[in-house]
Amino acid sequence: MSIDDRITDVWGDRTPYARGGRWPDRVDQHLAAGIREEDVDRWVQTASTLHSNGDAFDIAVRDGRIVGVRGRQDDRVNHGRLGPKDLFGWQAIQSPDRLTRPLVRRDGRLVECSWDEAMDAVVRRTRELLDEQGPSAVGFYTTGQLFLEEYYTLALVAHGGIRTSHVDGNTRLCTATAAEALKESFGSDGQPGSYTDIDHADVIALFGHNVAETQTVLWMRILDRIAGDDPPAILCVDPRPTPVAKAATVHLAPRPGTNVALMNALLHEVIARGQVDEQWVGAHTVGYDDLEKTVSRYSPDVVSTVCDVPAADIRAAAGLVGEAEALLSTVLQGFYQSHQATAAAVQVNNLHLLRGMIGRPGCGILQMNGQPTAQNTRECGADGDLAGFRNWSNQAHVADLARVWNIEPKQIPHATPPTHAMQIMRYVEDGSIRFLWVSGTNPAVSMPELARMRSILSQDRLFLVVQDIFLTETAQLADVVLPAAAWGEKTGTFTNADRTVHLSEKAVDPPGEARSDLEILVDFARRMGLQDKDGQPLVKWSTPEDAFDAWRECSRGRPCDHSGLSYDMLRDGSGVQWPCTDEAPDGTERLYAGGAFWASPDDCESYGRDLETGAPVEEQEYRALNPYGRAVIKAADYRPAHELPDEAHPLQLITGRTVYHFHTRTRTARAPELQAAAPEVWVEVSAHDAATHGLREGDLAEVRTRRGEVQARVRVSDIRPGVVFLPFHYGYWDTAEGWRPGDHGRAANELTATDWDPASKQPIFKTAACSVRKVADGDGSPAPVPRTTAQAPVSAASTEGGPR
Amino acid sequence: MKIGTVLKGLHHDENELARTLLRVADQHRADHEVFHLGRDLADWSVRHVREIAAVAGSFGEQLDPAPDDTPSPVDQARRWVSQRMGRSSATELVLVRDLRDVYLRASGVLTDWEMVGQAAQAIVHDELLELATRCQAETKRQATWANAKLKEVSTQALVV
Repeated sequence: MSIDDRITDVWGDRTPYARGGRWPDRVDQHLAAGIREEDVDRWVQTASTLHSNGDAFDIAVRDGRIVGVRGRQDDRVNHGRLGPKDLFGWQAIQSPDRLTRPLVRRDGRLVECSWDEAMDAVVRRTRELLDEQGPSAVGFYTTGQLFLEEYYTLALVAHGGIRTSHVDGNTRLCTATAAEALKESFGSDGQPGSYTDIDHADVIALFGHNVAETQTVLWMRILDRIAGDDPPAILCVDPRPTPVAKAATVHLAPRPGTNVALMNALLHEVIARGQVDEQWVGAHTVGYDDLEKTVSRYSPDVVSTVCDVPAADIRAAAGLVGEAEALLSTVLQGFYQSHQATAAAVQVNNLHLLRGMIGRPGCGILQMNGQPTAQNTRECGADGDLAGFRNWSNQAHVADLARVWNIEPKQIPHATPPTHAMQIMRYVEDGSIRFLWVSGTNPAVSMPELARMRSILSQDRLFLVVQDIFLTETAQLADVVLPAAAWGEKTGTFTNADRTVHLSEKAVDPPGEARSDLEILVDFARRMGLQDKDGQPLVKWSTPEDAFDAWRECSRGRPCDHSGLSYDMLRDGSGVQWPCTDEAPDGTERLYAGGAFWASPDDCESYGRDLETGAPVEEQEYRALNPYGRAVIKAADYRPAHELPDEAHPLQLITGRTVYHFHTRTRTARAPELQAAAPEVWVEVSAHDAATHGLREGDLAEVRTRRGEVQARVRVSDIRPGVVFLPFHYGYWDTAEGWRPGDHGRAANELTATDWDPASKQPIFKTAACSVRKVADGDGSPAPVPRTTAQAPVSAASTEGGPR
Repeated sequence: MKIGTVLKGLHHDENELARTLLRVADQHRADHEVFHLGRDLADWSVRHVREIAAVAGSFGEQLDPAPDDTPSPVDQARRWVSQRMGRSSATELVLVRDLRDVYLRASGVLTDWEMVGQAAQAIVHDELLELATRCQAETKRQATWANAKLKEVSTQALVV
């Protein structure tokens, strides 16, 4: 197979293996046209930054430019394999429209300036506001795409220097529920499972996780198990006909917003059939009785009506998870971005706790991430939490962090929970946050309810700093734009969804005057004169390796302990899973072996929250509930979604991604193969709804909710009737208007509601009530939509890809 | 026996709590968490009102199971204003007062349920005890939410 076919043949050739066997290697490589291997000057170690799987590869460099990529055969994550975005996405950073000089707004226009001018403006405004109002006027909104060293520096600058509690990342939109669900069940963040659990599982359950598109290489691993001896059974919960659904032993397509009811029915059956490991539950958990009582009300017959899924299918699914010898569960946005997100994700944890299936080969939980470095946003505290999974409501933890940073504990804001992204935007809206520094993300397209978001970000009274590699929609609204170095142009580490830390080395120079995010933050701290309690500079490093070494100390003794890791170790080998310590010098494959959790009141990262109201649990209450640090089984009742279909809006809108794009397409649209594969927004409707609303494949349709409208070409697919899907990648930077819609909306978030999960604060993108109507007939040709994946047309069994 | 009288008072207080939560939700529509949670938690009190009415007959009180939550013209005017006042930090100060109001009302209802629970134990009335135990737990969560939200908002609204 040629690599050039990997747009259409997304997962490549099979390399089957049997249960318990070693996943065979397969090295994927792609070099630019005309470049042969012997033309390459050097190969530079890195890993994927266009999804969360953490595929390790080397960048090929020739004459100071990137000319290709090759998977790292010796890496535990991918064994040499790469997905389409890894193979083709690197081209974007060499795009001619990169930001190369800082910009400031003068007379309403962004004009080029020097770094001194730009940073002076940033520092001057920060100082003014600190004098006038204090730290509550300043907010930071970062991403899931910087490096560990940069997040740790940002957390120190924001929490320890500026002393604001308004710090979050766009990881709030993708991974906040994973973190919260882990804290609720196990007392602390930290992925329990490992990708190697795929090698050992006899049942793999994917809850709202279209792994075939979100992590293609992980799906290759599952496909290779399916193709080998003793294959696993697959359970898929997803309203769309994803490749996972098509490969599944049992596929459940519940009505959007009903995940908790469905999970409760599975737990009901596991309990009713006597499949609970009672001894394990008794020894390692608290809260079982409450769960038993709650789920007793959720028989498959009752839930069948709520979810609109046949009761027999629910029973079949319960049979798979209840009889599994080694169950691996994965969870992603179908749960995290839907109604009752944390409550639903926690029920997956409960399933494993009931069955005692955690911390052993094949018995894993993977609460997934959406972005490549989201795990680092969480552990370093750039999502607002305290660095090193420390507990903001535990005075001893605050004091310990203050020791590491050499500041007074009271200087670290911890009176309340960290301000989450949606609340930061609310404070910007009410005018109490007047300085917002956005790094590496694009809220003008990725946040819900874009008309509101644009009106918030374009206020005159807001000083908006945007640090990015391209002039995104958000950057166009900024007062100061700081040009950043991209992946491949700077050195640092980052961590994937199964705790594997990779080193990513600088391969080429950044364009023009662009600087790494680390350099920019260190410069800001220096210009602000941020100091520790001895009058020394607060940020004591300027190189990535020194920042990493500081982080090793900060993480020492915490669940995410990096003390045993070093750049040299990562250079000599490849990815290593944290915790990595003197006791576990090669890293740790699975957390919680033997049911030993980080949940004791003195150690845990969080005392938890009320899953329904979001109110934090008080320390005394937690001590009474869980004095010995066991896993916490938390029950939740199903509640209907806030916005239900009605006569005017009879359908339910869900948004999501395609395998060819990432986030708001700032990079993937600049890689020709990826852009050509999915060039324009589309809307998926079922054959049933298409008939009801007079739509045919290729027609132009309007999708409308109470917030706005979007026009898109119609793809008639096997999606669940009553559900409409829009990809969220398409904004306005490549349209005439630049940062906002012209006559009609294109961004899915024109339609989404401002509403979030009370516990994780993750916005809800998957339950908006909408209508669909035809705007214009198509010309009979199919919509320009990929045919390869979840959006395959209803009639086609074809694997031919790409638009016409 | 005075249980009927206490239930009548509780019925009134739960109605007032529901109305207050709905009023606060409406008044702070631009504050989305308060808007959504206010309505969600008002539903709990509405359910309590229904359940109190169902049991009150055994104690000689005829109470209306339907909540007294019809929006008044003043409420509707408030909603109109709230959508347009979201751009002022002064509204956050109003929110602090409103959350305090919810917290105090919920605390009062919590005490009522404690009284009912004690009386139910004294007369060994299983149905009433089950109701009081369940509702008291939910009322506590309503109060805890208001208190937590109050703490959070205070760190911003009072320092601007």
